[in-house]
Amino acid sequence: MTTANILEVKDLQIVARIAGHDYIAIDNISFSVAQGRARGLVGESGSGKSLTLRAIMGLLPSNVRVTSGSIKFHGKELLADKGKYRKEILGTGISMVFQEPSVALNPVMKIGKQITDSLVQHSDLNRQQARERAIDLMNQVGIRDPHKRVDDYPFQLSGGMKQRIMIAAAIACGPELILCDEPTTALDVTIQAQIIDLFKNLRKDLNVSLLYVTHDIGVVAELCDSISVMYSGRIIEQADDINKVFSNPNHAYTKALLGAIPRIDGPIQRLKGLENTAPSLTQRSQELAPPMKEIEPGWEIAQFDFADLNQLQRATSHE
Amino acid sequence: MSKQIFTANNVNVTFNVGRGKNKSQVRALNNVCLDVNQGEIVGLVGESGSGKSTMARVIVGLQKHDSGELMYLDTPIPQTRTLEDRRKIQMIFQDPYSSLDPRMSVKQSILELLDTHDILPKEKRLDRCKELLSLVKLPESLLDSRPYAMSGGQRQRVAIARALSLNPNFLIADEAVSALDVSVQASIINLLADLRESLKLSILFISHDLAIVRLLCDRVNVINSGVIVESSPTMSLFDNPAHEYTRQLIAAVPKLDAIVRNTN
Repeated sequence: MTTANILEVKDLQIVARIAGHDYIAIDNISFSVAQGRARGLVGESGSGKSLTLRAIMGLLPSNVRVTSGSIKFHGKELLADKGKYRKEILGTGISMVFQEPSVALNPVMKIGKQITDSLVQHSDLNRQQARERAIDLMNQVGIRDPHKRVDDYPFQLSGGMKQRIMIAAAIACGPELILCDEPTTALDVTIQAQIIDLFKNLRKDLNVSLLYVTHDIGVVAELCDSISVMYSGRIIEQADDINKVFSNPNHAYTKALLGAIPRIDGPIQRLKGLENTAPSLTQRSQELAPPMKEIEPGWEIAQFDFADLNQLQRATSHE
Repeated sequence: MSKQIFTANNVNVTFNVGRGKNKSQVRALNNVCLDVNQGEIVGLVGESGSGKSTMARVIVGLQKHDSGELMYLDTPIPQTRTLEDRRKIQMIFQDPYSSLDPRMSVKQSILELLDTHDILPKEKRLDRCKELLSLVKLPESLLDSRPYAMSGGQRQRVAIARALSLNPNFLIADEAVSALDVSVQASIINLLADLRESLKLSILFISHDLAIVRLLCDRVNVINSGVIVESSPTMSLFDNPAHEYTRQLIAAVPKLDAIVRNTN
């Protein structure tokens, strides 16, 4: 059985202009999210995972631009016609949940209004209806006494509640795809577990697809079906079946990353730290990566290995 | 049996919150007892607001406690501490982006401590800086760098070097790795484990990440709403959690084999 791809990113290249020089921030990455599925986009800080999400949303900073490639939603190009199609589907087709709910929410606007802001844009609900819909949504994301809470301001809520509000706002217009940018990284473990459960339920009840960016592989393991591992603006290894990568990682970097994670299951052993951190954007090689190699259908790895990447980094960091 | 380097007996801390009509009191720590043996890494885990950082602040003397007793070896630590009292117990903070002075180079921020405490002859202080950098596995070339030019992992190493500069016997790591990337996190955890071996250091490791605690600590205390609900050796805590809250915490940690379990 094949399911249609709801999101298809192909040969995406993003260039950042820093101090008058162009640097390749994202180097020809391709991946897709199938209908009703969840893909985890994993990597260290600076590997380009958030930038990829922002490119899909059209939220790139002014010094960063997409130079080539395509991003298709339901087979239709998002990068064409000056983003007109994207504007149509933002909220109703694709929405996004950000990392820091305390930064992403407007501190001087009541939360009920923030939840239905996009809904009011896309429909002709009156104020009373919007309010009721907000209470509905708050109920759906598990906020107790929503009719009392709807007139609260963000400062009156805890971090976990704020993230629930963000999620309520993201699902307000019934999107088919939610882009998540580290939505649980700023939260406590117990609250994180609740938010992960909430996403699981959303997948089950509303059949939404997820593109989930995080550096926490444990969260990806709990929530996602497929995985793409990023390093230095490139995809290093990706598989439609996440189990394959976990049980038998192929690329040296994936292995190193998995070895660096403290696990609550499994034997107690010394972690293998990645001794070198990834080179910064201005120090990394500007050579284009060779195309990825398919090991088996739905499973690809990059054709340069971690040793090369490290070599390259040592060479540049001693300049 | 190794001897106890630090003991806390029935520590209570109460905060006043709100103003006027809303004024009330919060009991941040409620009869907390804690002990740490020589060369041991003891974990203190709990959620945000459980009181773990308040405990850390009480131990290093940044927060006064209302009642209870703190002992270093066999002597009580007074509420008002002398420089000598402060040297023995040092702390690493969570966020190396805010715990280092952005205007000070690595050398300056370590020298600041050595100068304040005046424990070394002046001419030996620079050598001590270099020695500390090699201890935390940083190149000497970073001596004149300022925080903005360093990565998160490097900054946290500098923070550790500062904490070690006064030869403390007891180190408190308050969420010392939670602001760092996974890959960097691993190397800092390894560094702490190495330092315990090489310096015979005792560490109180405060964290909400149970996977790290399981890896690093010999014993674990679980704290909830200012009360220590469980205290046991790491292995038995994870194999047979006695308290309901501990079970909830352990269940909340994402597991790598989740999918394997879900599909079976």
